[in-house]
Amino acid sequence: MQAGVVSYGAYVPRYRITPTEIGKVWGVDGASMGASLNVQRKSVPSPDEDTITISTEALRVALLRGKIDPQEIGALYIGSESHPYAVKPSATVVAQAVGATPGLTAADFEFACKAGTAAIQTCLGLVGAEMVRYGVAIGSDTSQGAPGDALEYSASAGGAAFVIGREQVIARVLHTLSYTTDTPDFWRREGQRYPSHSGRFTGEPAFFRHVTECAKRIMDRAGTTPKSYAHVVFHQPNGKFPARVGKQLGFTDEQMRYGLVTPFIGNTYSGAALIGLANVLDHARAGERVLMVGYGSGAGSDAFDFDITDAIESYSRSAGALVESFLTGGVEIPYAVYAKFRGKIHLGGS
Amino acid sequence: MSIARFWRETPRRYNLGGCRCTVCTTVYFPPRVVCPTCTTHRQSLGKMEPFQLSGEGTVISYTVIHDPAEGFEMLVPYALTLVKTVEGPVLTAEVVDIDPHEVRIGLKVHATFRKLREEGKAGVIHYGYKFAPAVEVDGAPRPLPLPSPAGEPRAAGRATA
Repeated sequence: MQAGVVSYGAYVPRYRITPTEIGKVWGVDGASMGASLNVQRKSVPSPDEDTITISTEALRVALLRGKIDPQEIGALYIGSESHPYAVKPSATVVAQAVGATPGLTAADFEFACKAGTAAIQTCLGLVGAEMVRYGVAIGSDTSQGAPGDALEYSASAGGAAFVIGREQVIARVLHTLSYTTDTPDFWRREGQRYPSHSGRFTGEPAFFRHVTECAKRIMDRAGTTPKSYAHVVFHQPNGKFPARVGKQLGFTDEQMRYGLVTPFIGNTYSGAALIGLANVLDHARAGERVLMVGYGSGAGSDAFDFDITDAIESYSRSAGALVESFLTGGVEIPYAVYAKFRGKIHLGGS
Repeated sequence: MSIARFWRETPRRYNLGGCRCTVCTTVYFPPRVVCPTCTTHRQSLGKMEPFQLSGEGTVISYTVIHDPAEGFEMLVPYALTLVKTVEGPVLTAEVVDIDPHEVRIGLKVHATFRKLREEGKAGVIHYGYKFAPAVEVDGAPRPLPLPSPAGEPRAAGRATA
């Protein structure tokens, strides 16, 4: 397969809150909670930010870096579980906001946390079949955990956009495959404000089984081993699960160094693995190989075997914010401001 | 604001789509049909071309809102500013991602894409431009100039008076 990533961009909102601050409100040792999840801070969107605004900012960076004419985009898909509308696509707003309309197809994807990687696979198909010159795949979320729930300590906001094409490819996709089953580990019913989950069931039968099987299958197909890869990225609902599954598969901390971003910004859901991939691409060099294995509850994994090309040496990373700046920057806010920003305070009147 | 009216204004709200007089190169935002700068307005008829602002500008005046209009309650306090863009037009817009009390005349800003307001819980959500500091604040990266369509370089425009 000659198609791959032509350009990319990431965006994470400015505000942060710590598990310690959240724990204070609920009488919980937040520091211990954060340590057990391996989450130091999580990002918080402003009241005027949502999946659409985050996606737009990330894609604008990708277009600037790649010097891509938005009118050449033939498909645009946004994977998220927090689309602002139940009916009306996020993708049309983003397409209009970057100047890509009207000559493109656009749609919203939903598959818990892996809708963004599913969008990449769809774009690879369209680009590979030469139906479009560029396809855009975005993973973006502003998900929430119910107040006091374990998810509240990690659920954050952010996203990343990837332009998929055949020319000037900086990360060629050598292989991609998926592993999908019906596993009810995490869900949100229509009309419900917060998601529900099945506690420990989200671990072994869900995240670990799917990620492990998918990773093994793609390495079998590619004829590779963990040693073949300079970098590896896993879906990261917290900082603990990806580190553990990486070790179980035989990857080292050094291989996971750039791909693990959740400890610093929290779980950005559909954006999580993709922001990790963006951070890897911020640091990757020509000739390196990268493995990414996403995961979405419900459940499924998408795996990608990337080869970093010589084109990355002349790619304008500095035309947009590096992921590192989001991991270290930001402003910490107290829980009261967080509650206001996330719509947990109800105003009087109608 | 009606859905139809906001929809008509989408190009300018999403992408700072203004226009430029090809006779005298003055840039306008929002776009105009004729150029009031040209000595005779008739001279510019049919010669106004679309022009996308870069989103770069400077705060030339501001106020901090504590008593908001309906629909903006969750944003208070916020800074409402006049931004003079590098192309010339002056825009009224909120400056975000900064403590509103730190906004100053002379602050360099860039356009960013945000939710402007919601028509209640069940209505349409309106999006458009706001501005954010062009300099790094608290280590957070700042927004960039808007991407312009390839093959359409932003020709310099003469600033409006």
